Amino acid sequence: MTPLLAVEDLNIWFELPNGGELHAVRGVSFDLEGGERFGLVGESGCGKTTAMLSLMGLLPPNASVSGEVRLEGENILERGEESVSPHRWSDIAMVFQGAMNAFNPVKTVGSQIEEPMRLHGVAEGRVARRQVEELLERVGISKDRAARYPHEFSGGMRQRAAIAMALACEPKILLADEPTTALDVMVQAQILELLGSLASDFNLALILVTHDLPVVAQVCDRAAVMYAGEVVEAASTDALFHTPRHPYTRLLFAATPDLHAGGERVASIPGAPPRLDRPIVGCPFQPRCDRAFAPCPIETPLLKSVGERHVAACHLNDHVREALPA
Amino acid sequence: MSTNGSKPLLEVEGLHARYPVGRGIVGTVSRAPKLEVRAVDGVSFSLKRGEMLALVGESGCGKTSTAQSILRMIELSAGSIRFDGEEISGLSAKELRPLRRRMQIVYQDPYESLDPRFRVGATIEEPLQVHGIGSKDDRREEVKRALELAGLTPPELYIDRYPHELSGGQRQRVAIAASLVLHPELLVADEPVSMLDVSVRAGILSILDELRDNGLAVLMITHDLSTAAHYADRIAVMYLGRIVEEGPTREVIENAQHPYTRALLSVVPKRDPRERGTPQILRGETPNSIHIPPGCRFNPRCPMAIAECKTVDPELRRPAASRDPEHRAACIRV
Repeated sequence: MTPLLAVEDLNIWFELPNGGELHAVRGVSFDLEGGERFGLVGESGCGKTTAMLSLMGLLPPNASVSGEVRLEGENILERGEESVSPHRWSDIAMVFQGAMNAFNPVKTVGSQIEEPMRLHGVAEGRVARRQVEELLERVGISKDRAARYPHEFSGGMRQRAAIAMALACEPKILLADEPTTALDVMVQAQILELLGSLASDFNLALILVTHDLPVVAQVCDRAAVMYAGEVVEAASTDALFHTPRHPYTRLLFAATPDLHAGGERVASIPGAPPRLDRPIVGCPFQPRCDRAFAPCPIETPLLKSVGERHVAACHLNDHVREALPA
Repeated sequence: MSTNGSKPLLEVEGLHARYPVGRGIVGTVSRAPKLEVRAVDGVSFSLKRGEMLALVGESGCGKTSTAQSILRMIELSAGSIRFDGEEISGLSAKELRPLRRRMQIVYQDPYESLDPRFRVGATIEEPLQVHGIGSKDDRREEVKRALELAGLTPPELYIDRYPHELSGGQRQRVAIAASLVLHPELLVADEPVSMLDVSVRAGILSILDELRDNGLAVLMITHDLSTAAHYADRIAVMYLGRIVEEGPTREVIENAQHPYTRALLSVVPKRDPRERGTPQILRGETPNSIHIPPGCRFNPRCPMAIAECKTVDPELRRPAASRDPEHRAACIRV
């Protein structure tokens, strides 16, 4: 069966003002089924937002892209803007990082949600206004608040409104970039509950982009872990936590404190990610890895299947049979 | 440094901090009642040397205002602050000055708290110059010692660099070094890792951990309960300007009694996908601290509230189900 979305060998380069090139996304592949909740996890600068922007065809002009993004079989990267734009917002929509703070302060929230509908010819006039009210109710905002201004909304409500706006053209896939990062934990729980219920009630596929592993663990069925522009491991969230097959995944979990793991040592990962404007030889994580051995600084590990719907890019999987300790 | 028995280094009692709120032209002309934000509304706690207390709560709960009024960075409206036995709430700026070097603060954002034009060495040395401490050579040694304490070793590698040459984690270490150079006894850490990547957070927190083990009193302000659970000796949970529950960390995390704490703990995401509990999501938003509800301030959102909760403002006391004599909660139902 064709997956809803299949990203294959996606590469993105940015041309730098000094003439150099920054290879921000390096051969990223993953796929997504309808209604699935997928997490894209990684630290700042790992390329997760850049990869998402390419699905929307919203990369800046100094970016070049290779690879395939197949939406229901059709490669939407094939003819650049021409092939992406029919799907932007109507099939794939995005809640940008900080979207809740990007509303125009002098327009009502309702009119700002209406705008994409009008621009995409989804609805106009009274019909559009009724749809805005429905959208607001769907994200948990009373419909009579459509005529209110952004400053009359709390942070959590503005984030709900930003989600409503992304849903205006009834997309099949919602990309949510750090949707709860600036929010308090109680409001975060409300927004995550909303995203989860949108996925199950409307068969909306969700890609949750975040640096926060526990958020992904609680919300997503599957996730990909990114490091230095690459997917280093992708699996069910259960497998990522209980049987990780890449040291970075394991170390990232070990660096994350947990409410109930009192006695367990939380350890940082020494070092820093490599620069992406220079060629990387061998495994990009090797200088920080606690299990690096002979081939790691020389050979680039390939993303290989290590179990059912479980892939990892680590030489240990070729040489060591047993799973890494959790 | 010894831990000086069990006498607290810091004792805060009945702390209040209020700010007036503008009423706007219409409000002023129509003589609308004067409004004030009650950011800190009766906070009491104590902190010993060699102890880390985490003040946790959501934004606007008053945790940062509490810390700032203790450091006398904002004026308190009422209450008592005793530092090493001395009442400091009424001291003038001049009288406070010798005390300032004994209490230091580390801020959330190492990208903003460091002056980009200053080399690392100059940033860390500045407090020594301000307080007129030591010769140039002495100060250089102190700067190196502080860099080492903050895990920037060898110090020679960092001392002449500018902030833009450093990563976020290294910058926060510089900020910590600058706060340690005066040998403070109390360190306030205001969200010290929330701007940093997950993989470097533990490194920063383990520095605070070690300093605490060496006798420093650490007041950590954080919204992250998992971090508090991991590093703090005691946790105080704040809601709308008041501590609603307080006690030893394990007791507060594993045997929380106040309904707000319980709700808050239930929504903290766990690392293990198998531990998907049922989050007890409170609806609506925290009321603002201009209009604090009468009675128990949590009663409008409380799943356990009864009629009495609308009239009785509960005091912190030991809950019936507590397993630790130092456990306190402000709820008449527990």
